[in-house]
Amino acid sequence: MEKQWFTISVYSENHVGLLNRISGIFLKRHINIESLNVSKSEIDEVSKFTIVVFTTERWTRHIVAQIEKQVEVIKAFYHTDDETIYQESALFKIASHLLFDERQIQNIIKESNSQIVTVSRDFFVLAKTGRRHEIDQMYHELEPFGIMQFVRSGRITVTKAEMPISAMLEKFQHV
Amino acid sequence: MQKASATPETMNVTGAEAIIHCLLAEGVDILYGYPGGAIMPVYDELFKFKDQLHHVLTRHEQGAVHAAQGFARVSGRVGVAMATSGPGATNLVTGLADAQIDSTPVVCITGQVPRHLLGSDAFQETDIIGISTPVTKWNYQITRAEEIPEIMAKAFYIARSGRPGPVLVDITKNAQFDSLDFQYKPCKGVRSYTPIPEPDADAIARAAEMINQAKKPYIVYGQGVILGEAEEELKAFVEKSGIPAAWTILGLSAMDSDHPLNVGMVGMHGNYGPNVLTNECDLLIAIGMRFDDRVTGNLETYAKQARIIHFEIDPAEVNKNVKVDLAVLGNAKETLSLLLPQVEARSHEAWLGEFRKKYEEEYASVIRKDVTPDKPGLTMGEVVAQINKATDHRAVIVSDVGQHQMIACRYAKFRESKSNITSGGLGTMGFALPAALGAKMAAPQREVVAIIGDGGFQMNIQELGTIFQTRTPVKIVVLNNDFLGMVRQWQELFFDKRYASTVMTNPDFVKIAEGYYLKARRVEDRASLAEAVEEMIASEDAYFLEVRVEKEDNVFPMIPSGASVSDIRLK
Repeated sequence: MEKQWFTISVYSENHVGLLNRISGIFLKRHINIESLNVSKSEIDEVSKFTIVVFTTERWTRHIVAQIEKQVEVIKAFYHTDDETIYQESALFKIASHLLFDERQIQNIIKESNSQIVTVSRDFFVLAKTGRRHEIDQMYHELEPFGIMQFVRSGRITVTKAEMPISAMLEKFQHV
Repeated sequence: MQKASATPETMNVTGAEAIIHCLLAEGVDILYGYPGGAIMPVYDELFKFKDQLHHVLTRHEQGAVHAAQGFARVSGRVGVAMATSGPGATNLVTGLADAQIDSTPVVCITGQVPRHLLGSDAFQETDIIGISTPVTKWNYQITRAEEIPEIMAKAFYIARSGRPGPVLVDITKNAQFDSLDFQYKPCKGVRSYTPIPEPDADAIARAAEMINQAKKPYIVYGQGVILGEAEEELKAFVEKSGIPAAWTILGLSAMDSDHPLNVGMVGMHGNYGPNVLTNECDLLIAIGMRFDDRVTGNLETYAKQARIIHFEIDPAEVNKNVKVDLAVLGNAKETLSLLLPQVEARSHEAWLGEFRKKYEEEYASVIRKDVTPDKPGLTMGEVVAQINKATDHRAVIVSDVGQHQMIACRYAKFRESKSNITSGGLGTMGFALPAALGAKMAAPQREVVAIIGDGGFQMNIQELGTIFQTRTPVKIVVLNNDFLGMVRQWQELFFDKRYASTVMTNPDFVKIAEGYYLKARRVEDRASLAEAVEEMIASEDAYFLEVRVEKEDNVFPMIPSGASVSDIRLK
């Protein structure tokens, strides 16, 4: 079975230790987490993990089943890139004088659709939101001029299909 | 007990006392443990409540958790173990892992350093939540007394519901000392947790159709039948459908050993027919089992010709190891009873005959020599056969791990369910002696016989002290071959007889048992075996029997690691 990118979405209670429990499921199978984001979800008091892995569908299915089995996990799903809308964010810290000395930098800012978040005497910060390859491209374009600091967030996704979490929780209320 | 009430329904108590009330509310009357600094407030309350709650002081925390497991496996109730922080807690880990892989309902309570010292590397502080996470179904650290009733209720609910498993509750010392307004409400559900999937009527109808069409159907049942208390439903299904049924090591005792349709054990040292015919059936019906690698051998050649139906409570087990044609999710008791009316009454005489024929082959080349040997040295098989005879198939047999375990599970006979207690998934040497103690306490009216090797016996030998102190009449049989026999067997077969670190220079086990004031005897020849086993069974007190067995016997049949079930070796 071919390895490919999968995004695993986990809806869970917001409890201490659950991240450890979920990451342990990957550890036990010697599978690397490529990207991880944890945030609130569309439902009050429900957290959402977005985990990106590069592995086979068979392993992804196993992992999702094991995650979903955890007591504090409400529901887990996995999707291919085609089935989701996904983005990452990145920040680039660059020396301020380059903005004036290197005209090409202004072109990169315009063409990449990135924003200048702040400018100070010594440095300015560019923010870019987009697909991984867009951020990578911007990185390669800026790299020759010198990047003082770089950071990229975990992937965040929403699915094209409906996620019936609210209905599931609603059902429990009436049991 | 009179207590100042905060409201009419609540009473103001310390966290430590609240823990006792939670245990009593959950119907706990016995627990196993070992005191220490961070759990002392709870022990102080145990002292006050000793008339209602019997605490068994084991000699090691590992003994406590295995005893709780033995108790749980025989009674079907939640076993409880308690330990202090740090080493007390880490000593529970093997038992937690064992209970996790064998789906045993256990609640472990550990003391923890006070809240304000967490993370300071205080004396006997260890991150037991972090350590125990991969080997528990759920765990939780209580840092405030008010959390105790709700978390304890949740712990018991999670441990026993759905596919059971171990839960660890870590309680900081301040939460034990502080007071709370106590009120206990049993847990009835957790919104993020579905213990038992809803049975799907369509899946059951399709299962019935596949079963009714099959020419050579074959059932393999596991512990899910016992945990789901589906023994009667399994029997009714087997008898109506006429389908031969085999057990996994943890499914053993779910059906009467002598039932004509109960054809033997699958797996690495299982019976010949049940393994070979896995690859000749046209429909494999797996009930409450998880296709462990010791059952399937090489997956590439496992039941490829057959359609497979999997009756299973845990959706994560479906298609985990073996791709199945149909999954019937739910509790086996429920799904099998829904299935039964849709199954046609049949008999499969010719197909059953193939199992009988294979049994005869196995009898001629293995079983006869194991059970009625004609060589001078004693065999493990004949000892087990003597125990069967002396107990009329009514004993609880608790085995450890290794050759003796395989022999016990091959030859021990059962009439009652929940009678074969062994460490299946984890293969924990040292399990049997404490587990037998817990088993006997769960079923004092039943005969409990621990069958242990000389290696595993020495891994928790200290629990002889607990057996002596509690006067628990456990019968302990050590099958001594002065070797770590199973590893030695592999060294003989696969490592050119290089017996690396498997030779045991053993002490005088009888003297050790006598040192603990137990009745003890050693048997070295066939002439005295039957009489010694009878004396042991007749004893009203605990009894230790060492049987010196042949040193280099092997367990057969055997599926070599990575081989197909079809390639099981008879020698």
